[in-house]
Parts: sequence; structure tokens; C-alpha cells
Amino acid sequence: MLARTVFSRQLVRPAARLAAIPTASPSFALSALQRRLLSDSTRQAIDKAVASAPVVLFMKGTPETPQCGFSRASIQVLGMQGVDPSKFAAFNVLEDPELRQGIKEYSDWPTIPQLYIDKEFVGGCDIIVSMHQSGELAKLLEEKKVLAVEEESVSAEGEKKE
Amino acid sequence: MAQTSITEDSIKAALTERLGASYVEVQDMSGGCGQSFTSLIVSPEFAGKNSLKRHRLVNAALKAEIAEIHAWSAKCQTPEEWEKERAATGGNDGPPLDGTADGKVTGVSQ
Repeated sequence: MLARTVFSRQLVRPAARLAAIPTASPSFALSALQRRLLSDSTRQAIDKAVASAPVVLFMKGTPETPQCGFSRASIQVLGMQGVDPSKFAAFNVLEDPELRQGIKEYSDWPTIPQLYIDKEFVGGCDIIVSMHQSGELAKLLEEKKVLAVEEESVSAEGEKKE
Repeated sequence: MAQTSITEDSIKAALTERLGASYVEVQDMSGGCGQSFTSLIVSPEFAGKNSLKRHRLVNAALKAEIAEIHAWSAKCQTPEEWEKERAATGGNDGPPLDGTADGKVTGVSQ
């Protein structure tokens, strides 16, 4: 039902490997009102989309051609972090009005893009960028084992986090 | 694109009142796709909350406003964090402009 696009290529080098440090997991609960607004079929479709890969981004446009600056910034961050393309899925909300409205209610979040990691809502562009800058995102992605492993490169282990 | 009555000042007033914000900067970043704002919000209510919870608090306080505009960005700090960062940066750190082109939102207008 929902169109899925994936990275067609690895965007950039993998992020430096960091020790896994447990972080607090954000959780969300939907109110009864929100459940009523969102149809069962849309909810099920979004459930599936969220579970379709370990890292899922709901965005405007595609990773190759983002249609909004915030979606572009978010995709760039995931690329810089070195998210494994095989563990990533992007959903273009512009192709699906039901998804576009539904995801806002589903996540209780008013804007696009929206990032999910292991089916948990992480946040929108502001949060993605600030977690990228603070190093929290690198820690989380490492912990969830969703970064591309550069097997052929011997220098990967020696890389420093920027 | 319908114009709304939402302005930098009305958002600032709403945040000051609804979140007990001690300092708010709101900047219009409207580009070609409708009204857009970015903000720096300093409130003691953010204490003890992670980034996601802080943004959810702001989103809830501005639910009607955000629903009417095209884009919204926020940086949420406690008074202590803000003071610390101001001391470190010399006060140059305003609302976030990541994802914009020179402070203006670009993208689809739909």
C-alpha cells in the first residue's frame, strides 16, 4: 500500500565505531481520541511501514530527490552517519495523502520528516540534527547495529568522530 | 496560500504564556511555501525532560498554530542551558536554521 524507496547507493563512509552506551528510550502512547481519528487500515499500513526496516524515515520526496529542506537535511545526516542502506527505508508522504496525514496522528507529531529506529519514534529534523551534532545519534545507531560495516577498509577502526 | 494571523509576536506571546518561557526568539523563515517559523525557547519547564519530550511540550502548546503554518522548527533549552551556551558562544546562537536555505524554507508548497 505504501511506496517504499531505499537508498540506491551508500551515501558516505560509515560513522566511527563507538562503544554502545545505553540511552533512555523515548516512548509514546496514543490517546483514545487519536485512535478514533486514524482508521484501522491506515494504522495497520503505518505499523507495517514503521516495521519495514530498522531505520525508517517518513519524508517529502525520495532520498535521491528530497522535496523539502528538512527532509534533505535529515537524509544527509543519516548518510553522514553511515546508515546501512539495507537497513533503511524511506516513505514519500507526498505520494500518499493518507500517509501524509496519518503519520502525524500516528506519531503525535505535526511535521515531516519523522524518523523511527527499531519502531520507536526518534523525532523530526530538529531532533535528528541536534542528536547528530551531540553524538547521541551515532551512539543510538551503533547500539541498534544499523550502521554499514566497511569490511574491506582497514582504516575504519581508526577513524575519529568528527 | 491563505494568510493566517500567526506572527512572530503571536507565537512569542503564546509560548511565554503557555510554557512560562523566560526567553523566546521567533524568526520568520517563510520562503516560497507558506508561513514558516523557527524558534529558540527558554523555559524552566524543560528541566528534566529529554529533547523529544521538550518538543512534544512545545508542539502541544502550539497545536493550533503549528497546524496552520507550513513549517516549524524549535530549539528548547532550560534557563541554565541557555546561560551556559550564551557564555560559550558569546550569544550568537539563535533559532535553528538547519534544513533551510539561508534561513528560508525551500520545498514543495503542497
